[in-house]
Amino acid sequence: MNKLKIAISGIIKNNPTFVLVLGMCPTLGTTTSAENGMGMGLATTAVLIMSNLVISLIKNLIPDKVRIPAFIVVIASFVTIIQMLMQAFVPALYASLGVFIPLIVVNCIILGRAEAFASKNSPVDSMLDGVGIGLGFTLSLTVIGAVREILGSGAIFGVSLGFANYTPLIFVLAPGAFLVLGYLMVLFNKLAKK
Amino acid sequence: MTSVLFGITLIASAGVGVVNMITEEPIALAKEAATKAALTEVLPAFETTEEQTLTIDEMPITVYTASNGGEVAGYAVQTMTKQGFNGVVRLMVGFTPDGEVVNVNVLEQSETPGLGTKMADEGNVLLGSIQGQNLENKKLVDGKLAVKKDGGDVDALTAATISSRAYVDAVNRAWMAYRSVAKGVAATDTASGATNTAAAQTNEPEAQEGGQNE
Repeated sequence: MNKLKIAISGIIKNNPTFVLVLGMCPTLGTTTSAENGMGMGLATTAVLIMSNLVISLIKNLIPDKVRIPAFIVVIASFVTIIQMLMQAFVPALYASLGVFIPLIVVNCIILGRAEAFASKNSPVDSMLDGVGIGLGFTLSLTVIGAVREILGSGAIFGVSLGFANYTPLIFVLAPGAFLVLGYLMVLFNKLAKK
Repeated sequence: MTSVLFGITLIASAGVGVVNMITEEPIALAKEAATKAALTEVLPAFETTEEQTLTIDEMPITVYTASNGGEVAGYAVQTMTKQGFNGVVRLMVGFTPDGEVVNVNVLEQSETPGLGTKMADEGNVLLGSIQGQNLENKKLVDGKLAVKKDGGDVDALTAATISSRAYVDAVNRAWMAYRSVAKGVAATDTASGATNTAAAQTNEPEAQEGGQNE
């Protein structure tokens, strides 16, 4: 398969949020602002690339019956390692993203890609798939976060747009997450089909 | 099958262990630096700090006594409340030796973005209501600070009364801890907010420093 195609397909054809509809829990929970959405997306991307690589490398060693526990152990270890490294060397970033990091373990995108792609493909392809899916997830979360932030708190990436007092607050609350996600999903699929 | 899974978990836990050994020290240093930064933001200039931990309402409250060459420069109280809209809110409240609120820094909160999160913004109404003031001179309800809706005179954040109450609750606890350390008023005594005639009779060495300012 064309290498570039693998990466691109993760962003459009297999977009985890709008097409595969995976990982809805972090999507709905963390997209209260563009910055949070992007942070969650990037942290997930980092774990996804590494877990895809490792799982692809050890796929022939793992007996079929215990593959899910094996995948989970690999993923959880990476998440823990990333969490500790961030806490030690980029405490400012950790302070703003700290709560999302442990959530990555239960993100079905990661286990989904391990099961559906990395356990069947070569290490290089798996890494590219991780990059593509990760970027697709990051972009989707950033867009959802940006829309909610603009509509709900009148700001973008924390910079006020000057109409904060006239915005419908529902968009930063839970119902707003569903509304924005739904409409963006319609829009994305409409555009992607063309 | 079992041996493979065992091997994987063994390697994974060894990896996590190694990273933990590498990061343990930097994490501790980073935490210390963060505490120091939080203290500098809420206190006048100081040289050294001493910390002691009290338990008020079953919550750990840490009081940092900042001094300049033996003279107390101020008290910073790391306080918390469980009354937030989404759970725990942690604040760092700085007091002058006389009990004026220097500044309040929100250390941790998970309030609703755009509503309760405004408690962490620069110059928000909650901070504006207490900054630079001695809490004794505020309108107290049962010896405690309260938002306007509850009969006090602290301006609440628009559409975030619960978050505002949580903030005030945490500040009250900080004030209680400050009085207990600086003036020797028992931490559980909440009724005597307006009168601070109690003499500084406490065994805390640094507390007596503060008591002399009475």
